[in-house]
Amino acid sequence: MVATLLSAAPSGIPEPFLRAESTLGKFMLMFFAIAFFAAVFGLVLFLASLFKGRTGEKAQGAIFAAPAVLLLAVGLMYPAILTIIQSLRGKSGDGSFSFANYSAMFTQPELLTVLRNTALWVILVPFLATAIGLLYAILIDRARGEAFAKALIFLPMAISMVGASIIWKFVYQYKQTDRPQIGLLNQILKVFGFETRQFLLDAPVNTLMLIIVMVWIQAGFAMTILSAAIKAIPDDIIEAARLDGVYGLRMFRYITLPSIRAALVVVLTTIGIGTLKVFDIVRTMTAGQFETSVVANEFYNQSFRYDAPGLGAAMAVLLFVLVIPIVTYNIVQMRKEA
Amino acid sequence: MSTLQPAATPESVSDEVIAPRTKVKKPKKSAAGDAAGALNSRWASFVAVVIAVLWTTPTVGLLVTSFRSQIDINKSGWWNAFANPGAFTLDNYRQALEPGSSASFTQYFINTIVITVPAVLLPIFLASLAAYAFAWMPFPGRNVLFVAVFALQIVPLQIALIPLLDIYTNKLGFGASYWSVWISHTIFALPLATFLIHNFMRELPGELMEAARVDGAGHVTIFFKILLPLLTPAIAAFGIFQFLWVWNDLLVSLIFLGGTPEVAPVTVRVAELAGTRGSAWYLLSAGAFISMIVPVIVFLALQRFFVRGLLAGGLKG
Repeated sequence: MVATLLSAAPSGIPEPFLRAESTLGKFMLMFFAIAFFAAVFGLVLFLASLFKGRTGEKAQGAIFAAPAVLLLAVGLMYPAILTIIQSLRGKSGDGSFSFANYSAMFTQPELLTVLRNTALWVILVPFLATAIGLLYAILIDRARGEAFAKALIFLPMAISMVGASIIWKFVYQYKQTDRPQIGLLNQILKVFGFETRQFLLDAPVNTLMLIIVMVWIQAGFAMTILSAAIKAIPDDIIEAARLDGVYGLRMFRYITLPSIRAALVVVLTTIGIGTLKVFDIVRTMTAGQFETSVVANEFYNQSFRYDAPGLGAAMAVLLFVLVIPIVTYNIVQMRKEA
Repeated sequence: MSTLQPAATPESVSDEVIAPRTKVKKPKKSAAGDAAGALNSRWASFVAVVIAVLWTTPTVGLLVTSFRSQIDINKSGWWNAFANPGAFTLDNYRQALEPGSSASFTQYFINTIVITVPAVLLPIFLASLAAYAFAWMPFPGRNVLFVAVFALQIVPLQIALIPLLDIYTNKLGFGASYWSVWISHTIFALPLATFLIHNFMRELPGELMEAARVDGAGHVTIFFKILLPLLTPAIAAFGIFQFLWVWNDLLVSLIFLGGTPEVAPVTVRVAELAGTRGSAWYLLSAGAFISMIVPVIVFLALQRFFVRGLLAGGLKG
């Protein structure tokens, strides 16, 4: 479907402005685009400056906001509505209106596996990543070399999920037990006398193996936010607690934890949202085969590989519906904190 | 972060003095105020080191692998490589960077740069304009529109992809061109960018704007002369966020560009190789690190801003 859509390009735009083969051409195109966007930007400002006086004032504001608002209306709102409609028009997305796609989602065994996997991801990743991030933040708080220790855990946040998937695919690499191992995890199994395993092939362990990658990426985020929250606890509260004889784990339970509660919620929900939309890891490591698919990956597969855009659209809508309560909670908490 | 914070001083002093004598048996006297103090501090360090090692070993493994020959990689584990340091080689990188060869990532790397720069600049342009209007320019419908933009943060980009693809190809005639990704990344970034920059602008003193207005400055002048310089931290925070997002993106490029060498970025190429040539570790490892080096440098250099952006609430697409 991608291929047919992409090749059919009834373009009125001259080719050099669309694509370039040479490196120089590509950079020219890039600079042309930046200049073009800057010119549009300048035009908007110029138009705005034409309006003078009290009514002009109001027009200026509308013109300043217009490009962003229009782009969002045409590029996000309108497509979202189309997708919702498409999800209601059968597997192909252009039939008669029905809830067939949604009922398929909750009855077809493969799709039920997708939902089960998504639930596993959304429960495990936020809690594991947050727990590890919190533990680490506490352990290294005010320790020597704290900045360096943080950077080690945080670096996975900077690299692509594709890169992270490659790193971990190599850790999980399988060779038969009697052969020399190249994957670290199977080498460890072998050293302890176990048979080596095909970590990415055997369900349901493979889903857990993919989840580990996401935890590895997100723990740094949790650690950073929680560390900042821990440092922000006022010293007089800690001093007062100490005068009352509160130390150690009780200090953690009664002072630290309640003080960082809002940050904890923000971390859990933010990671939860990111996890719901996880696509890169699943696609790079297993392409969703061997019962590892999740909603975001199934959206891609149904839309572009199995030629079922209606079902794919329903997956996208499901993602949207699942995200809403988490985001709402997240925003409410952030407001409270602010 | 520094151990010289006043808050840390009394604690770390008493920690050093008392902890060695009392150990775990009398947690009351181990004066560290947090949970770390409840554990023996040696255990705390031990656990921290274990986590740090667990977190870095996978990356080190692939990094070491990327410097081993194709034969060695499949013959023995990377942990054996240190036994024979003479065997390390740059061949994989040479192959991965050599222009013209089929294994080369150079084209894809250039595509990534060409995709990323406008996709970072454009939302900054548009969002700072809109944020200014929402923060300081009264116009009809302002509040409703701002809430709408704010609320759009929750829409997952997946829901817009296929109709957008249709618009680009059939209405605008872009086909598989950079324009599709530039504009898409801009659209998906706008709600967050507008929200972040707006929040930052609201905190600037209103008198600043009023004084300039009294002096006869128009909004355009105020925007460029007064606001833009003050906005640098907010723009930097968002800019790094967006840079990492676009540079590391797979989905948007996959859908709008496909895998052709003319337009596809490194991530798409690496993901494709992982699927079709899953055991070509000499190429995959080098390719993965080529794609990682730039974001890691940017991140380490500008970590401060990135963390600030995260703390300001980095919800995205």
